[in-house]
Formats: sequence, structure tokens, C-alpha cells
Amino acid sequence: MQAIADKQGVKRYLVDVTVNGDDYSVVVKANTLLVNLLRDEIDLTGTKKGCELGDCGSCTVLLDGKPVDACLVLALEADGCDVITIEGVAQHGELDKLQRSFADNAAIQCGYCTPGMILSAKALLTRNPKPTEPEVRAAISGNLCRCTGYVNIVKAVMAAASGEVTA
Amino acid sequence: MYLPDFDYYAPESLAEATALLVELGPAAKPLAGGTDILVKMKNGLASPSALVSLKNLTELRDIRWEPGRGLVIGALATHNQIRDSEVVQQHFLSISQAAHQLANNQIRNRGTIGGNLVNAIPSADLPPILIALGASVTMVGPDGARTVPLESFFTGPSCCVIEPEGEILTEIVIPEQDTTGSTYIKFGLRKSGALAVVGVATAVTMDGDVIRKARICLGAVYKVPVLAEEAAKVIEGKTWSDELLEQAGRTAVGCCLPISDIRGSDEYRRDLVRVFTRRALKRAITQGHV
Repeated sequence: MQAIADKQGVKRYLVDVTVNGDDYSVVVKANTLLVNLLRDEIDLTGTKKGCELGDCGSCTVLLDGKPVDACLVLALEADGCDVITIEGVAQHGELDKLQRSFADNAAIQCGYCTPGMILSAKALLTRNPKPTEPEVRAAISGNLCRCTGYVNIVKAVMAAASGEVTA
Repeated sequence: MYLPDFDYYAPESLAEATALLVELGPAAKPLAGGTDILVKMKNGLASPSALVSLKNLTELRDIRWEPGRGLVIGALATHNQIRDSEVVQQHFLSISQAAHQLANNQIRNRGTIGGNLVNAIPSADLPPILIALGASVTMVGPDGARTVPLESFFTGPSCCVIEPEGEILTEIVIPEQDTTGSTYIKFGLRKSGALAVVGVATAVTMDGDVIRKARICLGAVYKVPVLAEEAAKVIEGKTWSDELLEQAGRTAVGCCLPISDIRGSDEYRRDLVRVFTRRALKRAITQGHV
């Protein structure tokens, strides 16, 4: 990958990434993390920063369809990849059935873990549209909710999967 | 938390990657999934001058069965890729299960088997089962390729035989074998995202009820994963029974030297070794590769 050095000798690199269907070309330093690219460069602040060490999952995004911690992915490593953030889950101004279900089931307390929870659940339902409760719990096991609202979160994902959502 | 500055390279071939690492010197590090090195860099425990990304070496992500050789796992295969691989599940479901017990879903989508081995954390989940199954690893460097048995790969916590100047782990081979069962069981403080307090892997070759061969590998109880050869000797050539496996468990305790830390005391770990060795042997004997 070609580096562009400025007058001070600071190297920057061009990264091409698709976020929620839109193509972006951004010039970043090597140490820019994907979460910072999303939040600071393209102003998608729905992706939250929590522990920043890969434990809490609040920065979860889908990278080529798979949930990853955006705090542990270099922006440069996402070059050429397809990223979905919480902003890309609703389509045509309509909430996704998962989002609707989280609201209906009071699965949101402080809301900080919600974007990550939704994306982990979204990846699960795409792969496995009718998960069992243990499968739902396994899918969100990398997302911590410190309000400890897990019961309603699991209920919301199960309800979205079974179609019991009043969209 | 921000990362220190470094240069970034993404070579297109293995030869280019090793040449780059030689040219940049030992302060440059290869980057696979990044789930360990980026955390170390954020915590100020590593500050490489450059990261050489291996993401374009797509041939190292391959998992395949080679008749006569065995299961070949590319070093850049992610943990979830290993967990979900039909080839892995068909031959050694135990490896797929061990990969599933590691970290959490997001980390498993990025972290690689090669990174897990090279980081050489004593509590890592993959080394015990791979060592029990007699795996070897291949490294490619400026002077060509070499292969070592995984049991002699680790030299201490965070230390392994890989040369810091230009050597890259390329593949892990689990040889075609006559073992009839294997398993890895782990005691963690939670189901997800927990390091092993103790992890025990076993592989056995059964002849009816007689244990012809056994390999027992203990994780998180010494500087490196330990092959409990004494414990295996206790049971080899004998008809299995719960008492015999308990005896193997007691012997295995003598093969390890655990530390006390926030996850458990050394005494507690020793007792876990006894119980988990017994359980892991019974599982491999009665349930096959699980």
C-alpha cells in the first residue's frame, strides 16, 4: 500500500471502504482504527466506544457481514471491505424488525450497548433465521450490557426471529 | 485509547512479506487478526516501528484435508472459520469445539490460529488440543521453510521458536492418525471471553476397552503447554476404568507447576488438573473426537 508523506514526513494512506452501501475514500494515518474512521472521519457516531480492548462489544460493526470489534481493526485493514454500522440497519426510513422488537420489548435501558447488540443479533438472524435461545445468548456473548438487561434483549431477538413484531 | 505511530505495509506475497520483515528489522511485526497486538499496543506493551499486514496472503486462510498428510490449517484461518469448517468438524470435531471456546464471537471473527500460537499465551485454548493430536507447524523465513512439532514450539510465556527477523508461521498440520477420540475441556470463570484457568486436552487410541496410546496436554498450568507423559504411561496398555482415569489425573497433577493469580490459586489449579484430566480422558475414550 502506497504511503503519502507530508512535509513533516508523516505518512498517510488511502483507504477505500463501503459503509452502509456508500463508498468512501479517506486518507488516514496507519494508527487510525476503524471505529475512529467511522466516528471521526465520516461522522457515524452510532458505533460506540466502550472498553476499546475487545471485551465489551459496544463498537461492534459488520465487516463483510461478520460482527467484529471496530476498536481492534485498523482502518487500513478494512480497505476494500463492506462495513455495516447501526446507521445502516434501518432501510428506507423504516426500522428493522430487530430495532422495532428492541423498542417493543424494552430491551434498551441506557442504550449504550444497543448498536452492538443489534448488529450481533442481525448477523445471527441473517445466518440462522430461527435461532434457539442458547444460540441467541451465544451470538451476543461478546456484547456486554452493564444495565444487565439481558433477559429483555434475548426476548427481543427471539421475538424478531419469530415474527412477533408489530412493525 | 489511541495507538502509537507506526508504518504500515500490506505485501502481496509471502516472499515479499518475509523480505520486508528482514529489511525493516525486528522492530517491525507481522499483523494477522490484530486482536492481540493492537491490545498490547494500546496498553503500551508493544510499539512496533511498522506493522506488516498479512491480509493479502489469502492462500494462508485455507483449510483442507490432504490424504496421507492430514488436516492442513492455514495460519491466517480465523477461529470462527475453524469452528465452522466442515473439513475440521469431519476429522477433528474437538479442534472445532476448542476454537468455539476461545474469547468471544467478535474476536473469533478476526483472531487467527497463527496469531494464537505465535502469541504463546500459556492459557491459550488451541495449543493443548493441537499438541495432543501431534500437530506440527511450518514457518517460512528468508532462509526457507522449517517445520517443528508444536510441543517444542513454545519456549515461555509470550515466547516461541519463531525468528523475529522475517519468519512467518504459515500452516499447522494435524497428521492423519489412528486416534479414536480427542477432546479439549476448559475451566473458565465465564462461558464467554474468559481465559482458561485450566485447559486439558486428551487424545486416545482405543482397542476395544484397552487404551493403546494416550496423549494428555495441560494448558494454563505452566510457562508453556505441558505434555503429561507420566500420566499417559499410567493408562497405556490397560483396560480403562474410572479408577484408572482418576489415577492418571493424580499423576497429571505432578506434571504441572501452576501459578496463583486472579483467576485461581495454584492449589485450585492442581485440583482442576486432576478432575479435568479424568473427565477429558473419559470423554475421548467414550465419545470419540468431540
